[in-house]
Amino acid sequence: MTTKVTLTVNGQERSAEVEPRTLLVELLRDQLGLTGTHVGCDTTQCGCCVIHVNDKAVKSCTMLAVQAQGSNILTIEGLAAPDGTLHPMQEAFREHHGLQCGFCTPGMVMMGVDIARRLPGADEKTVREQLEGNLCRCTGYQGIVEAILSVANPGAVKEHHHA
Amino acid sequence: MHNFDYHAPKTLDSALALLRDKEDGKIIAGGMTLLPTLKQRLAAPSDLIDLAALSEMKGVRRDGNGIVIGAMTTHAEVAANGDVQSLIPALSHLAGVIGDPAVRHRGTIGGSVANADPAADYPAAVVGLNATIVTNKRKIAADDFFVSLFETALERDEIITSVRFPIPERAGYEKFRHPASGYAVVGVMVAKFGDKVRVGVTGAAGSAFRASDFEAALEKNFSSEVLLGIAVSPDDLLSDIHCTNEYRAHLVNVMARRAIAAA
Repeated sequence: MTTKVTLTVNGQERSAEVEPRTLLVELLRDQLGLTGTHVGCDTTQCGCCVIHVNDKAVKSCTMLAVQAQGSNILTIEGLAAPDGTLHPMQEAFREHHGLQCGFCTPGMVMMGVDIARRLPGADEKTVREQLEGNLCRCTGYQGIVEAILSVANPGAVKEHHHA
Repeated sequence: MHNFDYHAPKTLDSALALLRDKEDGKIIAGGMTLLPTLKQRLAAPSDLIDLAALSEMKGVRRDGNGIVIGAMTTHAEVAANGDVQSLIPALSHLAGVIGDPAVRHRGTIGGSVANADPAADYPAAVVGLNATIVTNKRKIAADDFFVSLFETALERDEIITSVRFPIPERAGYEKFRHPASGYAVVGVMVAKFGDKVRVGVTGAAGSAFRASDFEAALEKNFSSEVLLGIAVSPDDLLSDIHCTNEYRAHLVNVMARRAIAAA
């Protein structure tokens, strides 16, 4: 038995028929075609699937699609401006080389936006603590932390770490 | 994940009716434990009853000499709440070190307390701060609530609506965080209420408990030094792949002393 879910995704109202057990990330990727949100671990640990639900970072592999009924969803695809201008966090990841293989990047960027919004002026230690739930298996954390820090607390970035 | 029927009742009464009527209905709050459990097929409830629409179960309010936290209040909301920060900073700190930021945006105090994971943080606060668990039918004292591993005093048709914390004179919470999961290998809440002291321990045993020897010593002298000579018996403590029961007994003492220093 399926049920209809209606939600706003990246500013557009979308509807889909889902099973109660369908995960939000499955709805986004498999039914709505938004494959920018990744599934790394599927066990709420790696953070590759982080999106924003009603302006809060959540792990979309650990939320049912039916729980998102009526919610406002922002995924990595909705971050840049319609003309392609990167969001400041995306621009910072480019500038500070905050990625290697790129698999964790959508979740890192979405968590970075959440951190910068919640904790303006955060220091490096705070940014690292806040990334507790986002894993980069290339271990490219240095650039990721610098990128987030450069948006959350521009004065705190001492030197660029160009690769 | 096995399939189930999903319900999002608008009132507590309809949630309770569903809980009574469905053969194997299960409440879902934030789902931070339940959904991973369902994915692993360790549980297969016939129905999920989501409490997310019950707005009266969300939020924090002052109540005389206590703070009442709605069961559906998230960890992030507790951590960021001004009243909790100023009146029970140890509780704000505890809520802010559960899991990770994304988990704290979904996980709820009611879900954590009802689930009674032996390594969850909130049970230490419930026991250490002498909280009262308020349900649809009664008020349950902290000392009567946690029964054993994942087992509480809650009855089949009982839902936690709020948790009431009395405001202590001083309190501190410190945990030895598992580096991968973030769960408490051991977590200790120490709280001073006038000449009474409570020490709530999570992570160390099948369910949260009070370190009564610590309490007696701290009531005479509220300082971390008095705990140096007092050992917790490892006999009833957990031994698993993470560490032995002897190590956990050692950690209870160390975390208690750090909690006092932080109080």
